[in-house]
Amino acid sequence: MTIDFTKDWRNVALLAVLLAAAFFLPSWLRFLLQTALAGGLVALGVMIQMRAGLVSFGQGLYYCIGGYAVGLLAAKAGVAEATLVIAAAVISSVVIALILGPLLSRYREIFFAMLTLAVSMILYGLLVKAATLGSTDGFNVPPVTFFGFLPAQEARGDWTYVLTALLVVVACFLIARYLASGAGALLEAVAENELRLEYLGSSARQAVYIVYVIAAAVSGLGGALAAIATGHVDPEMANWTTSGGFVFVALLAGRGSAIAPVLGFFLLELVRTYALDIAPNAWQLILGAVMLAVILLLPDGLWSLVRRAPK
Amino acid sequence: MLKTIAILLDGLNYSAWLFLVAVGLTLIYGVMRILNIAHGAFYAIGAYSCATALGLYYSAGLPEAGAFLVMALVAVVVGMLVGLAIERGVLRHLYGQDEVLMVLITYALFLILEDSVKLIWGVESYFAFKPYAYFGFIDVGGLPYQVYDLLMVGLAVVLGVGLWIWLTRTRTGRLMTAVVADREISAAMGVNVTFIFATTFAVGTALAVVGGVATAPKIAVTPGIGVEVIILAFAVVVIGGLGSIPGAAIGALFAGYARAASVHLAPEFELFAIYAVMALVLAIRPHGLFARTDGRKI
Amino acid sequence: MKYLGKMLAAAASAAVLVGGIATAEQEKKPLKIGIPVFLSGAAAGPFGLPERKAAELVIDALNAGKVPAPYTKIGVNGRKIAPTFVDEAADAPTEYRALVEREKVEVVVGYTSSGKCKAIAPLAEELKAFTVFIDCGTPQIFEEIVTKPKFLFRTGPTATPDNVGAARYLVDSGIDLSRVAGINQNYAWGQDSWRDFSTSLAALGVKSKIVDKQFPKIFAGEYGAEVSSLLTSTPTVVHTSFWGGDLEAFVLQSAPRGLFARTRVVMTTGEALFPRLAKDIPEGAIVGARGPFSIFAPDTELARWFAKAYEEKYGESPTYPAWKMAQALFGVKAAYEAAGVDATPEEAAAALVGLEFEAPAGIVKMAIGNGHQAIQSIAYGVYKLGADGKPTVEKVRTYKAECVNPPNGMTSAKWIAAGFPGAKCK
Repeated sequence: MTIDFTKDWRNVALLAVLLAAAFFLPSWLRFLLQTALAGGLVALGVMIQMRAGLVSFGQGLYYCIGGYAVGLLAAKAGVAEATLVIAAAVISSVVIALILGPLLSRYREIFFAMLTLAVSMILYGLLVKAATLGSTDGFNVPPVTFFGFLPAQEARGDWTYVLTALLVVVACFLIARYLASGAGALLEAVAENELRLEYLGSSARQAVYIVYVIAAAVSGLGGALAAIATGHVDPEMANWTTSGGFVFVALLAGRGSAIAPVLGFFLLELVRTYALDIAPNAWQLILGAVMLAVILLLPDGLWSLVRRAPK
Repeated sequence: MLKTIAILLDGLNYSAWLFLVAVGLTLIYGVMRILNIAHGAFYAIGAYSCATALGLYYSAGLPEAGAFLVMALVAVVVGMLVGLAIERGVLRHLYGQDEVLMVLITYALFLILEDSVKLIWGVESYFAFKPYAYFGFIDVGGLPYQVYDLLMVGLAVVLGVGLWIWLTRTRTGRLMTAVVADREISAAMGVNVTFIFATTFAVGTALAVVGGVATAPKIAVTPGIGVEVIILAFAVVVIGGLGSIPGAAIGALFAGYARAASVHLAPEFELFAIYAVMALVLAIRPHGLFARTDGRKI
Repeated sequence: MKYLGKMLAAAASAAVLVGGIATAEQEKKPLKIGIPVFLSGAAAGPFGLPERKAAELVIDALNAGKVPAPYTKIGVNGRKIAPTFVDEAADAPTEYRALVEREKVEVVVGYTSSGKCKAIAPLAEELKAFTVFIDCGTPQIFEEIVTKPKFLFRTGPTATPDNVGAARYLVDSGIDLSRVAGINQNYAWGQDSWRDFSTSLAALGVKSKIVDKQFPKIFAGEYGAEVSSLLTSTPTVVHTSFWGGDLEAFVLQSAPRGLFARTRVVMTTGEALFPRLAKDIPEGAIVGARGPFSIFAPDTELARWFAKAYEEKYGESPTYPAWKMAQALFGVKAAYEAAGVDATPEEAAAALVGLEFEAPAGIVKMAIGNGHQAIQSIAYGVYKLGADGKPTVEKVRTYKAECVNPPNGMTSAKWIAAGFPGAKCK
């Protein structure tokens, strides 16, 4: 499946319009959207790796690093400036990814999935062990300031929503540009036939390394925005079940557009909150059944429905 | 001295348990190339079935020793039924899919089975602890040890050796090995690949169920026990090398002794002793200790 | 669930028409209460289920006006209660917002996990939503997270009294404390419990050697090696704050190996084992119920009513989480009725500050956390299986609330480390 991403900025523009309109949603729904946008960025990180045929079952690692970077700075170090904590979250994710990347980019297929999972579980184990960081209970993240300005309690939701929406649109745009670039196009070649790619003079490992680091950056950003939105971080962010959820969304939404995982995550959260009301005991069952159905009937995800629609 | 005995025994005991819960996973991967996340759900189904069956058995007032027969029956019958149902009902239609996609499919199955277990058995805990106390304990150099735990070591050894003989010394087993090496050529040579796959999946599932059945008398059977097992089983087979039965045994011993030693010597490291071993092994031998090497696809 | 309230209101107005007794009280709109408890996961069996059962029992009884004094008035201020249950295991902040802003509940009563409580605490104040935590052990809620609470309350005691009480009980019973060991789950609850227990022993002037401290992973389920370690380190006392399936598994694995016969084991949540494992708890074990609940409850009309009604309805006796849920609901009722007939949630919240109200477990004092955190007495006893096959405790010692809780304005950890200043024990 070859997808032309050069036009994907149009989708991102559409997303921007949608998010601006969503500012006027009822506050509970807008909050749901806000947390979903944060999670959606991680799903986006999973999605771009999937384009190279790599499934990260441990993307929660960077979600967690991003969240804890914000949490540690704001709650423990007293630095609550939004620009600084978010930058720190993205930078720490990238640094860790730069270190782990050379090891992980050697692996493909199931081994890549297993190893990403293992690394994420090690972080989970460390955090559960860390009593000073609240262990499994995690800790609370104080509200962030905007260039030194701390909005009143009532207005904080508005401010953080705008921040989240802006950064998500920017991130989606940059990812779309990346996928449209030569480096992005290489990903598909990695998935299709690595050996031929090498014969043609490109390095598959380099392509994988790059996508891994970019995915880490966008996932770290997602974790940071989630921590700011909910005001709480805990080790569950790094657990494999959380990562499984991101994979699920990436798969469900499809690989056709940078905005697909972001919208997909919101859809999923919306279904979840109502399903919990109606069938709290069968929620996972519904999720699993939908997942099977998508794999069987829509192997390219829900986004393929959008693309199939007449132009 | 006592501590040494304790580490030796606990390590052996924990390794045996790890082997029991991991061996089915590695068998299925080895033959079918499916990394089966639903394995944990099979384990849970085994534990719940065992608890229910033993509850019925005891309330009928039958002799206590017969409980072990019931457990064996549950393991075989439930394991085969569930395994065949999943293989024939779902997986059969999906062979040939990408390996990673198969992981996602089994993840979906896991989610479905987890909730099904909850819908059938509810959220309260179940008990089946009589068999655990039945044999009493023996004194090993001053350390009381449950005979049941030692029998579990025996069970692991018997199953491991049995599987190995089956795979290397019987016709079915050799056909399996042929399928592992090349599925298409085997099919072309007249091997009934469908039969081999169904058998493998049923046996692998039954092994997970055996793990659950054997563990049920020691624990409170509660929601979520399956999730805990998956990661441990993964760690074991990754250490040993995906798809290798001796690898699973070695992996179980590595992980089992790492944990036992840390519990006795440095309890604060217990939580990630197993992951640490896994990371170490992977850093040195990326595909596990006993992994096969793959040809490159061109 | 959303429509339940409307249906109840419709039913109430229908009753008015049929009966022709249109009193003002019966026309009032129902009081919507959101109740987040664990409906899935490993905490659903030991916590969510008894909590939900207790909530349904108490709400039905209150709506029918069948609760004994002092809660004979129908519903809350004559308003029928309409509960909405949600799964605590889901994403807590999202579901909490949905309850408050979408379902428009007036009060949220629930939360058992410390992690969830920590995440919700600032949110309750931000949304100005009257919220009552029923359990969650961590004392941090009002000590660190919300230090100037207005809308947030906890009607159940923190975990501090469990472990201070356990230490006092062991000392006062003259039990050999020369070699102490602990086995607690490796997460905040287990780590805090062990820290409070071991520092309390030190604060009580006990010279004991810590011979072993095990922190297995939560939900590990398999404790063979830990039990071996506890056996080989030959402690005289073993402390555990295990709960749920982990506690059950620990007892089932350690009792046959003679751990309980060799050493005294104190289980801070041991009472929760009673309904399911009464015959298999080794006699001589020291058990607590995280407060004056269940077998340690006072002999009052309300306590007898609650235990009896629960047993009649569900065929088993209520464990401590059920008592805590009932306690929270009665606290909400007491607050609303203290605030007046037409009390708003804000007025009810203001009335709950520093309130003393009666619960099945006796008088609850909202004494610390600036009047937002309850204190209660704690009791421990030695387990014994009664002749009728029912679980009992003997050699019970009860410690007054002011003896095992820090005074207002002092954190638990500092209070214990300082040697319990201001504790009133006699």
